[in-house]
Amino acid sequence: MVEIVDLHKKFGKNNVLNGVDLNINEGGIFAVLGPNGSGKTTIIKSILGMVIPDNGTIKVFNTNIKKNSNYRSKIDYLPQIANFPSNLKVIELIKMIKDLRGQTNNDQKLIETFKLQPFLNKKLGTLSGGTKQKVNLVLTFMFDSPIVILDEPTTGLDPISLIRLKELITVEKKKGKAILITSHIMSFVEEVADQIVFILEGKIYFKGSIEELKTKTEQNDFEHAIANILTKNHA
Amino acid sequence: MLKILKYSFFDLMRSSWSYVYFAFYLLLGIVLLFLNSDLSKAVITLMNVIIVLVPLIGTIFGVMYYYNSKEFTELLLAQPLKRSSIFLGQYFGVALSLSMSLILGLGIPFIAYGLFKSNAIWDFSLLLIVGVFLTFIFSALAFNIALSNENKIKGFGYAILMWLFLAIIYDGLFLMSLIIFEDYPLDKVSLIGTMLNPIDLSRTLILLKLDISALLGYTGAVFKQFFGTSFGLIISIFALIIWVALPVLRIIHKSKKKDF
Amino acid sequence: MADQPNTMIGKVFLTKLIDWMNPKTTISFLLFLFSTCFVFAKTITICKTGCDFNSIKTAVDSSKSGDSLFIKTGLYKESNIVIYKKSLYITGEKGTVIDTQNKGYGFSVEATDIIIKNLTIKNIEVSYTKEYAAILLFKSYDFVIENITVERAFFGFLVQKSKDGIIKNNTISGEGKAEADSGNAIHLWHCENVKVLNNDVRRMRDGIYLEFGNSSYIANNYSTQNMRYGLHFMFSNDNAYENNTFEANGAGVAVMFSKRIKMFNNLFKKNWGTASYGILLKEINDAELQHNIFEDNTIGVNADGTNRITFTENTFKNNGYAIKVHGACYDNIYSKNNFLHNSFDLSYSGKLNSNKFENNYWSNYTGYDLDKDGIGDVPYRPVKLFSYLVNRTPESIVLLRSLFIDIINFSEKVSPVFTPENLIDNKPLMHKVTW
Repeated sequence: MVEIVDLHKKFGKNNVLNGVDLNINEGGIFAVLGPNGSGKTTIIKSILGMVIPDNGTIKVFNTNIKKNSNYRSKIDYLPQIANFPSNLKVIELIKMIKDLRGQTNNDQKLIETFKLQPFLNKKLGTLSGGTKQKVNLVLTFMFDSPIVILDEPTTGLDPISLIRLKELITVEKKKGKAILITSHIMSFVEEVADQIVFILEGKIYFKGSIEELKTKTEQNDFEHAIANILTKNHA
Repeated sequence: MLKILKYSFFDLMRSSWSYVYFAFYLLLGIVLLFLNSDLSKAVITLMNVIIVLVPLIGTIFGVMYYYNSKEFTELLLAQPLKRSSIFLGQYFGVALSLSMSLILGLGIPFIAYGLFKSNAIWDFSLLLIVGVFLTFIFSALAFNIALSNENKIKGFGYAILMWLFLAIIYDGLFLMSLIIFEDYPLDKVSLIGTMLNPIDLSRTLILLKLDISALLGYTGAVFKQFFGTSFGLIISIFALIIWVALPVLRIIHKSKKKDF
Repeated sequence: MADQPNTMIGKVFLTKLIDWMNPKTTISFLLFLFSTCFVFAKTITICKTGCDFNSIKTAVDSSKSGDSLFIKTGLYKESNIVIYKKSLYITGEKGTVIDTQNKGYGFSVEATDIIIKNLTIKNIEVSYTKEYAAILLFKSYDFVIENITVERAFFGFLVQKSKDGIIKNNTISGEGKAEADSGNAIHLWHCENVKVLNNDVRRMRDGIYLEFGNSSYIANNYSTQNMRYGLHFMFSNDNAYENNTFEANGAGVAVMFSKRIKMFNNLFKKNWGTASYGILLKEINDAELQHNIFEDNTIGVNADGTNRITFTENTFKNNGYAIKVHGACYDNIYSKNNFLHNSFDLSYSGKLNSNKFENNYWSNYTGYDLDKDGIGDVPYRPVKLFSYLVNRTPESIVLLRSLFIDIINFSEKVSPVFTPENLIDNKPLMHKVTW
């Protein structure tokens, strides 16, 4: 589904991606992890075409994404910071995104799921961070695309919504979607992720299941396993 | 692109800034008419104001809108939309809503005052055309500056500097170089110098209308051809179009290469 | 309708009566009476068939002083009709056309008491050596030229060494392409006491030209699209012109080397060009300008060597320069004029000596009137720094109305460095002058 070959990216003098190779060819939940500044977001944004790589190719469903924009209709993306035009009402934003991307009826169900009805006619500028994140989730999931990218999806969510989100992710996974998640909440990752993609200094340091990671680092606990990688490499 | 334009436009038309801008022009028009009670003189005063103020507002508004809608832009970037259509849509949305405020804000008091029955109508239309051109040029320049500067403060700084340079400093340097090289034939140089600054260019268009008698006092053949025939008008309008086209092309080019 | 020949004499008689008070005309009037007493005047008709004559020329040749000639409607292909020392009253019926077919003069007159009326004269020969005119008057006194239409004129009326005449209600137009192949519509040379009234002159070299013409009066004329001047005075003193309109002439109106000219209620309009102005005053002394309107000219008044001139209650509107003063202008007084929306109100080169600006209305004035006496509390400086710069570097005109220019003009206003300290209107008016 997604194929990344030898991806390089520099921001100024800062080498962020240093030859990333990544292949996702089956459905499942992939947690992209790594320390701050390791290049997680850059990889995600490269797939989305928001960052233009210096070198390397990215293929989504076997089409090179360079100078292409249509492939994005196969990707749903949840950005990290949800900041919408503050003059718009929630319902208008949903309508607008539908207008830009195509019609769907999933929005009603999702609004139901996240209990957003009371906010539909409020302006986005007046919403709390958590409510905005729910709107963000609605916008992301309503299109039912085969690839889903979630950048810090748990930010600001109340426990009930978090449970709903996990359920939603599980349901989507069962449809055979590839779901890429970045998160700092290790418990959340451990609970949902099938595969861990660990990035360090601009390269894929590890790709495999949580079990494999635990074995490799000789730790019993997932959080410790992650910490182990970091301390070993930075010692 | 049209969809983005539509949303940017309506978003801006609803923002309080558009109302402020609209109210400002409305007030300006009313005050000028009230003070002068002479349509053609009000038009002259307005021209002086427009040439300086419209670029300033276009610049500030363009930069502000770009930085304020950054996150929204990122949301759009993840959609199956072309980059150029996203940025052009936003740009035209800004430029159009500013132009609307200008045209309505000035148009209403002048029409209420009996513009259609006055022969100042051509001057006034020219004024609005120039105002719209300046809005398009300067919001495009502002988008360029914002696209090239991630840092908001820096972007604002450069934008204000650009305005200051084109509105005032350029003419100072221009005048100085004309005086320094006064022994040489300068008519072509001075016309080219005018073309290179959109504010000067718009001023020339207005001069063609208002001060044609003074301009024809100069003896140079090039001047005579430029100001004495419709040649000047055509060239100036053409140059204004180029002044819109170049920054817009750069928006497209720059937006394709930029990382978000 | 053409006048009946008998009433013609009566009319002339009346005209003479009006001039009774003038001693010069009295003599000619006595002569006129004398001649009519002893020679019985008769009316001669001219037409193609059935009249006394079928040619104007033979009619003129066989007429006697005091005769009236009535030319009936028709096209007469005649030229060089010479009237020598005969008082004739020539009138045409409506539709009488004399086509000179590009052969010399129309009428060539040397006579006293001569009237030519109600004719169309066309196709005057263009010459580079001779000044062919529709009507040439030489040493003629007490003449009236009225209701003459001249088409395709080289010169219209050429009046030389003549006195006491009236030229009125004529229309003269030419089709010359350059100054060299066109003449003047009404040209007075060494003339005195001629009245030029209600004429329409266009597309000639000069509309009305007075060379060594004194004590003449020019009023209600419309002069437009002439290649050189709408009106031109040279070495002509004690003349007055009033209520004329001069529009879109090559260079405007020129008053040169003349004294005591009165210019009242004229409109100078749309004289555009590099050497174009509403009026050029060159070597003029003791003239008066009052109630004139200068509108849309490149230069309203171009003054060069003018002394003791008063500009009172004139309006300068939308000119490039309202007034441009070159050197050697002494003791001119500008008061109660309106300066409205001119690109420059005043520009000067050389020195402005003892010229006085007082009580004018300046639309560019930004001062205030706290004591409400209608006079601004701060003086107005009509010369801007920018006009000084434009004089020096003409190309800098492209910066007109630039914000930068406003700024330097303002700083110059606050502390004058380049513009003369004494060039100032100490009592600028707060309201437009009306009259």
